[in-house]
Amino acid sequence: MIIEKELTTKYLTVSMGPQHPATHGVLRLVLELDGETVVKCTPDIGYLHRGLEKLAENKTWPAAMTLTSRLDYCSAVANESGYCLAVEKLLGVEVPERAKFIRTMTCEMVRIASHIIWLSAHAIDIGAMTVFLYAMRDRELILDLFEMLCGARLLHIYPRIGGVRCDVDQKFLDGLWDFTEKFPKLIEEYETLIDQNRIWLQRTKGIGIVSAEEAINMGLTGPVLRGSGVPYDIRKIAPYDAYDKVEFEVPLGKNCDVYDRYRCRMEEFRQSNKIIRQCIEKLPDGLALNPDAPGLDMMPGPLKKAAPAPAPAADGTPASKVEDGPAFTEIYSATEVPKGELGYYFVSDGTGKPYRMKVRTPSFIHISALQRLCVGVLVADVIALIGTVDIVLGECDR
Amino acid sequence: MGRLEIDMGPKEAAEALKSSFASEVREIAEFKGGQVSVTVAKAKIREMMRFLHDAPELQFQFLSEIGGVDYMGKKEPRYEVIYVVFSMPHKAYLTVKAQVPEDDLAIDSVMDIWVGADWRERECFDMFGIKFNDHPDLRRILMPDDWEGFPLRKDYPLQADLGDREWKGYLDVVALYERNKKYEVHSR
Repeated sequence: MIIEKELTTKYLTVSMGPQHPATHGVLRLVLELDGETVVKCTPDIGYLHRGLEKLAENKTWPAAMTLTSRLDYCSAVANESGYCLAVEKLLGVEVPERAKFIRTMTCEMVRIASHIIWLSAHAIDIGAMTVFLYAMRDRELILDLFEMLCGARLLHIYPRIGGVRCDVDQKFLDGLWDFTEKFPKLIEEYETLIDQNRIWLQRTKGIGIVSAEEAINMGLTGPVLRGSGVPYDIRKIAPYDAYDKVEFEVPLGKNCDVYDRYRCRMEEFRQSNKIIRQCIEKLPDGLALNPDAPGLDMMPGPLKKAAPAPAPAADGTPASKVEDGPAFTEIYSATEVPKGELGYYFVSDGTGKPYRMKVRTPSFIHISALQRLCVGVLVADVIALIGTVDIVLGECDR
Repeated sequence: MGRLEIDMGPKEAAEALKSSFASEVREIAEFKGGQVSVTVAKAKIREMMRFLHDAPELQFQFLSEIGGVDYMGKKEPRYEVIYVVFSMPHKAYLTVKAQVPEDDLAIDSVMDIWVGADWRERECFDMFGIKFNDHPDLRRILMPDDWEGFPLRKDYPLQADLGDREWKGYLDVVALYERNKKYEVHSR
């Protein structure tokens, strides 16, 4: 006797990560699968949460900068410059022209280094092993230059509030110039390896399409947004440091897919190279650090020296009333880091410590977009999507 | 709004918001570098955000950030939820600060306007305990699910005092340090 049971389709739940090599760190994606197709994707983050925002509230302004390089450890200088820029705006510190150019130069160097990490990881995820080896070889040149510049290779606490830690020397500039001479050829080398690779094209073209409206609505930034054809680049929209004194273009995509975002980043390599060369050529003379800027010995107490003015007044009541209300000032300052828009929202109560530091990190928002991008795609495309949004979990979890 | 599009800076946008929601806007403040912030009551936050997003002369279509601030003992009401929005045609940032009192820790979610608000509202809930009404999936995000307390509140300690429950390995190191203190050569 045969008992016929009703046939049902059961979704298979797969936990991808947090120890999966293709999730770029400790990212866990809980995938519900119908065969090979993803029905639902739930990212799970927080494995690398160190409470940087809470820690920053208990450190002085210069000391809290060391936390920001631990956000996106692939592009530390860019985070630190963004932090310094915000604090300078808040505290009203002037930056010498030379320091602005040096910062722009280092930010672009780190953009190249970060994009190299992205390219090699993305390629190795999709199955192109060779480009990883070539790209990482060339990243070493940048890291060596950073070592020459400030002694650190990855977490270079190089910018300072009001400038940069130490001036550049001629040897470094010569080395960097040599690098920019040969780097365009190296980019062509990477492109030779994958740009006409049939597997690469099949796995990237037409995959992970995000329309411009969707991308804006989700809050995507950086090359992910520009791959969808939106000309949103803070270096152009609200130029900071020396970006208004150098010429560069913002590469845009047309087809909004993984391939176009790859093309955007490859173009950004060339633009960054161009910016570095202009910075070296136009580097003005002068100081690299404002001598009046708050140094590392900044005290956590009130910055204004206890307001000596109101004391001699006879009744003194109006003056003291002004002092009573804690004068909260705030600022939102955004910079374009390799992964997108990095924004710092600061609230200051007039002391040497941030009252509140809120960091808007691109990776956090890009991972939150994954739960919408990954629906209806194949498992293999999930890997391509993780690669294309270019995430760093240190930045996401803070 | 008879102004030319090009003239619409953050200040004008704040005024436009005030003229539409006069009873809700408490204060317009300007900070260094042309930053403008609008302090509003929380009741109509969704309508206000919808207005900023949709109004053809404003077009604040990009949500940069949502975050919370705790002004414990410094300001009333205690909490503020910050919305930083960006208008691509006007190239202008605007900060909207919604006041959230301590006895009514809830505010409307703006997820129906920006799906990107999803995780940022969850983070704000995780760190401050502010509830976002109508959020479809309001859970902790960075802290573990069973975490007690809200870390970014000002009354939350930076470091826990564990007393006897401190990890033994750490206590051993401290004891070692105390024992060897007399050999200290670097003291200046």
